[in-house]
Amino acid sequence: MKKILDILVRGILKENPVLIMMIGLCPFLACSTTARDAVGMGIAATFVLTCSNVLISLIRKIIPHNIRIPIFIVVIATFTTIVDYLIKAYFPLLSESLGVFIPLIVVNCIILARAEAFASKNNVFYSFVDGIGMGGGFFLAIVILGIIREFLGSGSIFGSKEFFSTPAVIMILPPGGFLVAGVVITITKYIENKLKKTSKIISNLPSACEKCILKSKCIEEKL
Amino acid sequence: MEKISLLGIFISSIFVNNIILMRFLGLCSFFGVSNKFSSALGMSAAVFFVMNLAAVVSWLLYNYVLLPLNLEFLKIIVFILIISSLVQLVELFMKKVLPALFKALGIYLPLITTNCAILAVAFLIVDYQYNLLQTVVFSSGTAIGYTLAIILFSSIREKLELAPLPNAVKGYGIVFVTSALMSLSFMGFIGLFGF
Repeated sequence: MKKILDILVRGILKENPVLIMMIGLCPFLACSTTARDAVGMGIAATFVLTCSNVLISLIRKIIPHNIRIPIFIVVIATFTTIVDYLIKAYFPLLSESLGVFIPLIVVNCIILARAEAFASKNNVFYSFVDGIGMGGGFFLAIVILGIIREFLGSGSIFGSKEFFSTPAVIMILPPGGFLVAGVVITITKYIENKLKKTSKIISNLPSACEKCILKSKCIEEKL
Repeated sequence: MEKISLLGIFISSIFVNNIILMRFLGLCSFFGVSNKFSSALGMSAAVFFVMNLAAVVSWLLYNYVLLPLNLEFLKIIVFILIISSLVQLVELFMKKVLPALFKALGIYLPLITTNCAILAVAFLIVDYQYNLLQTVVFSSGTAIGYTLAIILFSSIREKLELAPLPNAVKGYGIVFVTSALMSLSFMGFIGLFGF
């Protein structure tokens, strides 16, 4: 049980594929002009990631080591084709606004990286959890970016009524994507640095501090 | 899409629809190798080479094999396999015939397989229903646009390494903000053709 939680937390927060590992950046920036697109892309990528993780983990013992990468790519491409046609059939509007980025899920580095680093070494259930965790991390990052950009750029959230009348249109254009992503990544890094520093201080505390009531104050002062 | 002249396709794929700064494609390699001028140059040469080859081969295969057989739904699998096997072939060919060029491009070639810019060009020429000549012009224009963006950016990044910055902004934070400014300047080309 603890391991499952570990895998989930690692995917969503500790090793967030986009904000910390810096992979899968293309859909992260291109499909976040509105929150609706971001949710669509996040779900599509999570679906492909989870399915390919499960299938690769199922067949991991019969894949010859030397040609594993082409096999991974074919598996991923199969699921991407399924998603592409599903979205075209049931969400034609979403398919139009995401355009070429749905077939491009196949070269999303997150999926190949998880297949190589996790699914080909772990059992089916853990691979499934890892797919949900990593996909969840991607989903979280892209939806955050989508909400911020839509709010600043068109003044609405999930296409609701406009909150203010003169939005900064630049935010839904390409430069705004880079700018907001840069700010989000900077904030993430700031928090990460701070957490690292805190955990370093805690691990360096002498054992006498363990029961001290002023422990948290001490740590705060050292920061 | 209405009929556009070849020059229009060429200029628009370099500037107006610059593949990195306007379309957000090939960002992983853009941020990955742009920290040094020399590696940016090597990567863009490899991209130029493979992108043209991949675009032409996938155009031929799509129009003469997949369309007549009604197998369009296989295009994702076929295109990605074409590109990865093409990269392997190019690598082998270069090793034997052009060892000097192979040495220069060596490590960048395998990275290209997962470069989404290459695959995206293959999908875009299908979407836009270009003919063969337009395909060649479009793919070479796109590759030049890629080269332009990555070389300009690597020159800026070499200067950024020396700038005194807060810890959190260092690395990817400032790189993203810089590319926002660059993308802003490329937006100035949008009025050029009216599309």
